[in-house]
Amino acid sequence: MSNNLTNQQAPASEATGRQRRHPLLRNLSAKIAAIPMVLVTLVGFVGCSVWSIVYSFTSSKSLPRETFVGLKQYDRLFDSSRWQASVENVAIYGVCSLVFSLGVGFLLAVAMDQKIRFENTFRTIFLYPFALSFIVTGLVWQWLLNGDFGIAQVIRDIGFTNFEFNILSDREYSIYAIVIAGLWQGTGFVMALMLAGLRGIDQDIWKAARVDGIPAWRTYLFIVIPMMKPVFITTLVIIASGIVKVFDLVVALTDGGPGVSSELPAKYVYDWMFGRGNLGQALAASTVMLSTVLIILIPWAYLEYSQKKDATHG
Amino acid sequence: MKLNRKLIVSAIAAATASLGGLASSANATELEVTHWWTSGGEAAAVKVFADAFNAGGDTWKDGAIAGSGGTARPVIISRIIGGDPMGATQLNHGRQAEELVEEGLMLDLTELAEKEGWKDLVRPSSLLDACTLDGKVYCVPVNIHSFQWMWTSLDAYKKAGVDAPADWNEFVASAPKLREAGITPLAVGAQTWQTNGMFGVIRMGLGGIDLFRKTDVERDPEAIRGETMASIFKAFGEARSLDDENNSIQNWNDATSQVINGTHGAQIMGDWAQGEFQVAGQTAGVEYDCLPGLGIAPALDTGGDAFYFPVQDDPEKTAAQLRMASMMISKPVQVDFNLKKGSLPVRGDVDLAAANECMKKGLEILKDPANIVPGGDQLFSQDTLGQLEDLLAEFWTNPDMTPEDAHDAWATLYEEAD
Repeated sequence: MSNNLTNQQAPASEATGRQRRHPLLRNLSAKIAAIPMVLVTLVGFVGCSVWSIVYSFTSSKSLPRETFVGLKQYDRLFDSSRWQASVENVAIYGVCSLVFSLGVGFLLAVAMDQKIRFENTFRTIFLYPFALSFIVTGLVWQWLLNGDFGIAQVIRDIGFTNFEFNILSDREYSIYAIVIAGLWQGTGFVMALMLAGLRGIDQDIWKAARVDGIPAWRTYLFIVIPMMKPVFITTLVIIASGIVKVFDLVVALTDGGPGVSSELPAKYVYDWMFGRGNLGQALAASTVMLSTVLIILIPWAYLEYSQKKDATHG
Repeated sequence: MKLNRKLIVSAIAAATASLGGLASSANATELEVTHWWTSGGEAAAVKVFADAFNAGGDTWKDGAIAGSGGTARPVIISRIIGGDPMGATQLNHGRQAEELVEEGLMLDLTELAEKEGWKDLVRPSSLLDACTLDGKVYCVPVNIHSFQWMWTSLDAYKKAGVDAPADWNEFVASAPKLREAGITPLAVGAQTWQTNGMFGVIRMGLGGIDLFRKTDVERDPEAIRGETMASIFKAFGEARSLDDENNSIQNWNDATSQVINGTHGAQIMGDWAQGEFQVAGQTAGVEYDCLPGLGIAPALDTGGDAFYFPVQDDPEKTAAQLRMASMMISKPVQVDFNLKKGSLPVRGDVDLAAANECMKKGLEILKDPANIVPGGDQLFSQDTLGQLEDLLAEFWTNPDMTPEDAHDAWATLYEEAD
């Protein structure tokens, strides 16, 4: 950001008659310092992505080989019922975790913001699950959701002897077990981000709203939330990247089962790449994942940045 | 800018950390051995190897990887490809390691094999063939494992007041009685390889070796889409209905415990389940019984475990690897190991007087070469096996999928297999 600003201001200072320097040499130290990062991005990120895409058109088995087979890997991918289940599941997981972690996270943050007692204690409690890895989270919820011993047994012990709750071995609902565990782990973090955003709102705005007699819920909805837009965007990006890459949680919690009912795309990629030695198939799947992300990301980035440009020009 | 500087620092830190990880120190004759033998009976068997290797003056560094082969194999393979090879590793025979061998990442054991005459010792010879590529030996077969077994709880049948079944058809017929007594007829772990293996057993039991040869070896399209295969899928659908609907068991040995405790009638599982019955102190023919080939077709597949030795730079380590290979196939170790593991030894010349009822049944079947079928690992790539596994797991858990649908999808995978 700051780089952009200095670049835009530079022509103004040159107009005052100072010696003209080659544009490449401007801010030289900053550019040199950025070289490693640029290289990492170009080689590690762009380079490897291109490599993946190229090899997704080959029939590579365990090791990459340049035997191009066209769209065959993609044909097989889209025919696979496991891949279809994976895509459906990541949609369910994505929508649920976006809506609930944002919603619940924001409500928790608002509750925290009411100058309650023991705020630190509550904050620690809510944020604590975030300190656990997904593997641990998965195992903990595997025990909690176990139909024979977990929460179900506790409720049966209380007296509801016919109570049945066994979503882990239920084909229809096993993906929601992953949603529950994911929310438990991530919501506290969203709450912390939101709380920071709420604390960043000037107290004078609250005072002004109160003077005008606006009820608190309307102040939140129409004044505070629009002011918190940057926080929401940061949170959205963090949650969204979490959705695409979710892998360890499934492995620990359900291992994709029962059957293929809780499989997710990242696990598909992993299984074919390492376990089943079909690099081409795995890379085809990861290319589809990448392009899905880009399809969502590019229009959004375009909108976001073109607006800013307009704003600076105006 | 501040953010950028932080990123650079952390990138450098990460890079140095990963470099540090590469330079691991090691003792000259300490060999790390990775395997996925973690259940009670399996761990006891591994200890036989470890003790024998340590007795020879070397050090066995145990690298057990919890979970099934499906979990362990990626760890093992990525370590070898990634340039951090272990001293020795368990893998199943056949095509799992084919590419690693082709890339020259596995130690060539031909010299040792010729010196000790493995070719004449190993029985059936297909086990050594599976270790051989272009005339060179790359692995040591250590046991013969067969999936073609069904284990029944005689206690459960006593409780239900029915005679214990002698074959699959009797088992299906007795299932309602078991249900009445509150016993679930079939114990199955939810892991996909178990469903897959169970299908293989039902297929071999009901279709026989001839059908297997036609479908898996010759890939005869008529047999693949034929009547018998259709009836096998129906039987597999029947088995699906005998499972506990809310089954939350994952591991095969947990399912075996259900049979040991008599809460479940039977389990279709390979002979490694026998190790669990032995750890629980049960005797074949008294508390539990075994039906090879579902009691119908006397057939055993001869898959098994083998050890591979990834190429090492250090010549002392290479020498230790050869010592380990020689130890694993030696007579006393073979007997000890296989008694603990519940499997059969790979050498024909060892004394198995201590074998129990079930093992004797198995040895009897093995005597006739016509009863031996090659394991699936040797006929299909992991890629195809993975697809088949997914299909059968989906069928098992999805009651909306009819046996006809599953048969069709299965046949398509066979036709497309490489």
